[in-house]
Amino acid sequence: MGSIARIEVKDGNPVAALQGFCARLLADEEVSAVLAPRRLPGKAGTMPALVAEPAGFADVDPLTPSFRINAARMLTRLTRGADDAGLVAALLRPCEARAFIELCKLNQGSLENTLLVSLDCAGAFSNADYPRFAGDNGTGEPLLEFLRAAGRGAFNGAEIARACKTCEHPTGAEADLSIGLFGQDPAQGFLLVANTPRGEGLMTRLHLPEVADDGSRAKALEGLLAERIAERDAMFAETGAATADMDRLSTFLSACVNCYNCRMACPVCYCKECVFLTDVFEHKPWQYLSWARQRGAIKMPTDTVFFHLTRLAHMSTACVGCGQCSNACPNGVPVMELFRTVAAGTQRAFEYEAGRNPSEAPPLSVFREHEFPEVTGGLD
Amino acid sequence: MEEISVRQETAAPLGSPEASFEPAIVAFVCNWCTYTAADLAGTARMVQSPNVRLIRMMCTGMVDPKYIIKALLSGADAVLVSGCHPGDCHYINGNYKARRRMKLLKEILPRFGIDERRLKLTWVGASEGNEFAATVNRFAAEIKELGPIDTRRLPLL
Repeated sequence: MGSIARIEVKDGNPVAALQGFCARLLADEEVSAVLAPRRLPGKAGTMPALVAEPAGFADVDPLTPSFRINAARMLTRLTRGADDAGLVAALLRPCEARAFIELCKLNQGSLENTLLVSLDCAGAFSNADYPRFAGDNGTGEPLLEFLRAAGRGAFNGAEIARACKTCEHPTGAEADLSIGLFGQDPAQGFLLVANTPRGEGLMTRLHLPEVADDGSRAKALEGLLAERIAERDAMFAETGAATADMDRLSTFLSACVNCYNCRMACPVCYCKECVFLTDVFEHKPWQYLSWARQRGAIKMPTDTVFFHLTRLAHMSTACVGCGQCSNACPNGVPVMELFRTVAAGTQRAFEYEAGRNPSEAPPLSVFREHEFPEVTGGLD
Repeated sequence: MEEISVRQETAAPLGSPEASFEPAIVAFVCNWCTYTAADLAGTARMVQSPNVRLIRMMCTGMVDPKYIIKALLSGADAVLVSGCHPGDCHYINGNYKARRRMKLLKEILPRFGIDERRLKLTWVGASEGNEFAATVNRFAAEIKELGPIDTRRLPLL
């Protein structure tokens, strides 16, 4: 681990401290703009905003537990094919940073002109639950309380999304800089940890007071991880049992209306033209009638299980577990549970972890001459 | 492929419930090797189970997982993918890609109750007509033993 500095919080207002930090990033000669979550009017939470002038930081709020979309795809738009326009600094949740790294490996964005800053993540509420958490405004004391509890428990009766409760990577060690919230008093200050040479360089230029590691962050993280991993394994077991055969998988997905919102919200489902949005599966009327005669009846629209299985095959090795699929589902289908459970298996099968290591190639983009002899009955 | 489907009535044990079950196997075969081998097996009048429907692909490297999933969901009892031996791919490395995709499907589909044995990847070169016939016969017998796939009777969504 690299150097550690401290970001002081004044007047018990951590959001203002991070706005100040963003402004200092922007003042750096190499950074041309900052992508950070910004408050929306009303109780809608935050959405990413690209800030190029210091005045734009007034509503920036990277701490609010609102996660309306995964910003990784937004960041690819800002970095893909960009020449020497300077760095875009991005304040991201760890799952957003992982999704972005995964997208860069798939040639959708570029790490070359990005400065990734990842904040320790206590979790976030679903879009449906966020307004309950926000209550009157969701800032000030309620936010401090949420951060101190690292997302544990209920807030105005709302709990963080299940994807967050089962997330085993709540710190973004892959980013250039990490902002350490765990084990720190959010009313006092945070840690800023440099993970890469680019992060180190920026930290030196920012002239922040360097501090020694007192182990408080690692200790808090250890406790949180134990809880989340237990929660995750329970979810894997439950989902595995609920989908153990085709009949049960059908039941599991029965509320799906083929709207493909999960695909639209998925940060790593990057195809410009998804096969399910083409006319490949738009069959002729006689075909539907023939299927209906064969089976007695078919559900319309058809191909619901087929869609989800295909998406599992196409992108489960890239799944970072952000849970936006479930967040986007209008019908409460437990998509995240299914994808995380299967993704854990497929990523293990290829000894790969999505978005964790920028130099590790996605499993389906490479091959070795001698591998997986069990697939071909021992012949390779 | 009528000319290669030399029908052989395999004797099923009388009275067994599976006696009348004839598996439907969809095979995605490479134009440059296995398809040619199938042609050879046919013209050489080798005895083959008639349970396999061949789909000629230009390369096993273009067999997207969704083709296999679609076949299995539509009532195929098993899927065979067969291409060139490692190092022999007409497009240099398509067969290696096919192997990774098959590995992926063998990880995903068994979770949902589809027996891993219903997915098979083999390497059959253009001159190996006998190997093709043997592969088909062995696979058909295996699937016959395994019984019909669940998706045939389920009102799948």
